[in-house]
Amino acid sequence: MSHPRVTGVGLTDFGEHSERTGRDLFAEAGLAALDDSGVDPGDVEALFYGNFMGELAEHQGHQAPLMAEAVGLDVPATRYEAACASSGAAVREAVRHLRSGEADVILVGGSERMTNIGTAGATDALSIAADDLYEIRAGMTFPGAYALMARAYFREFGGAREDLAHVAVKNHDHALPNEHAQLRKEISVEDALEAPMVADPLGLYDACPITDGASAAVLTSAEYAAEHDLDATVAVTGTGQGGDNLALHDRENLARSPAAAKAADEAYEDAGLGPADVDIAEVHDCFTIAEVLAIESLGLYDPGEGIAAAREGETHATGETPVNLSGGLKAKGHPVGATGVAQVVSLARVLEGDSAWADDVGDARVGVAHNAGGTVASATVHVLEVVE
Amino acid sequence: MSDKARDGAFDDWLDSVEDGEGYYVECENGHGWLPPRRVCPDCGSRELSETPLPDAGEVATYTEVSVATPQFSADTPYVTAIVDYGPVRVTGLLRGVDPDEVEVGMPVGVGVGERETTGDRAVVFRPR
Ligand SMILES: [Zn+2]
Repeated sequence: MSHPRVTGVGLTDFGEHSERTGRDLFAEAGLAALDDSGVDPGDVEALFYGNFMGELAEHQGHQAPLMAEAVGLDVPATRYEAACASSGAAVREAVRHLRSGEADVILVGGSERMTNIGTAGATDALSIAADDLYEIRAGMTFPGAYALMARAYFREFGGAREDLAHVAVKNHDHALPNEHAQLRKEISVEDALEAPMVADPLGLYDACPITDGASAAVLTSAEYAAEHDLDATVAVTGTGQGGDNLALHDRENLARSPAAAKAADEAYEDAGLGPADVDIAEVHDCFTIAEVLAIESLGLYDPGEGIAAAREGETHATGETPVNLSGGLKAKGHPVGATGVAQVVSLARVLEGDSAWADDVGDARVGVAHNAGGTVASATVHVLEVVE
Repeated sequence: MSDKARDGAFDDWLDSVEDGEGYYVECENGHGWLPPRRVCPDCGSRELSETPLPDAGEVATYTEVSVATPQFSADTPYVTAIVDYGPVRVTGLLRGVDPDEVEVGMPVGVGVGERETTGDRAVVFRPR
């Protein structure tokens, strides 16, 4: 099987762009990806697009054709919605289309406009990824849900807020050289521990910020890349997706995310490798505890062992398995519908040798992207590899 | 909210909890779920029967929420908990105990209360 190539990538700056429309954000990222790819825009056959809260944030449904128009494409365009895993799901569909031979060039991307509705509005919009009847009406918020998991994790495996603070400190450090990142500010463990509570045991520095932004990537078949002599050295060699009960209370174990583990197993098998082969990972750290759950789901750590990884420096750029070199959702920012593709963009850049952390990770050959929706009722995992 | 359509089996269930006759649905293999359900997601059974919620469950995990949605703004800070009632778990607001004194494993009963912000009904746990 020939593996689709990541041929061009584009991101807006992540941050507060409260007066910019979603279509403007996506146009910037999409055009950047097309320019970067060297692909004739007329060859693009479809747009697969991720967005979660467009109806609430911009009163705009049916965004995919609008976004195709915004980047000047007259192609079939479909929106994928899987909460915060929306554009991870879009990547997966693009990969499957390219592999099947159904298409040779697909623009995949996502965007989200969030800051214009304020903290309370964004908290409300994010909460609807949970079960409306049985969770939201019981006061569940997105941070609250992860707080429930954090407490369950501490109870089952041990660990404390200080361990989580190290995750935040590490990801802020990683974001310092990332020009697209929202929070380029060094923080200390003390800063994180002293921050106001959002939903205990999670404080403000355990949470990703509210972010506007867009991401895009041009994916092409290997054959198309070869025919057009494109510079495309990174391939998507594995894809996986898992699902779970929507409501957290229906899960057997409140301190694990089996949907992500299923997605990872499938993606590894697809790529013909395993967790031991992974050099770098971009994982869905919407909250610090989420990074811990993610690296365990990816098999990089056994259950209960991930909590110490950041504190021990193992997931830092200078450690054995760098996680979230971009700064992660925590410091890069989390425009939810854009996040899955942004992770692929970040990984591709590092694997191509384009990273501020190149001195530490310059020989990275295999990366994994882990994108999770809600309390991980949806998860996608993609394996990216340097292929030439 | 009286100007709103009822949410089918959910509102029926809330009525039952309010009357002290709360139930969950259970398949013949003992998997428990909150209604409405037509099929057990674990085993595919369509033979689901209403089973009384035990008088008390145990707090499985909880959080004190400080930053809420607009629908809970006047309720903050409040405690949301997941409570284990054997084959089924329920999420609700935990009241009648100082947030600092909540513990995993503490026994609580289930009832219905009002959300301060909107007056909407909500599942409310209280210590037993
Ligand atoms: Zn069953």
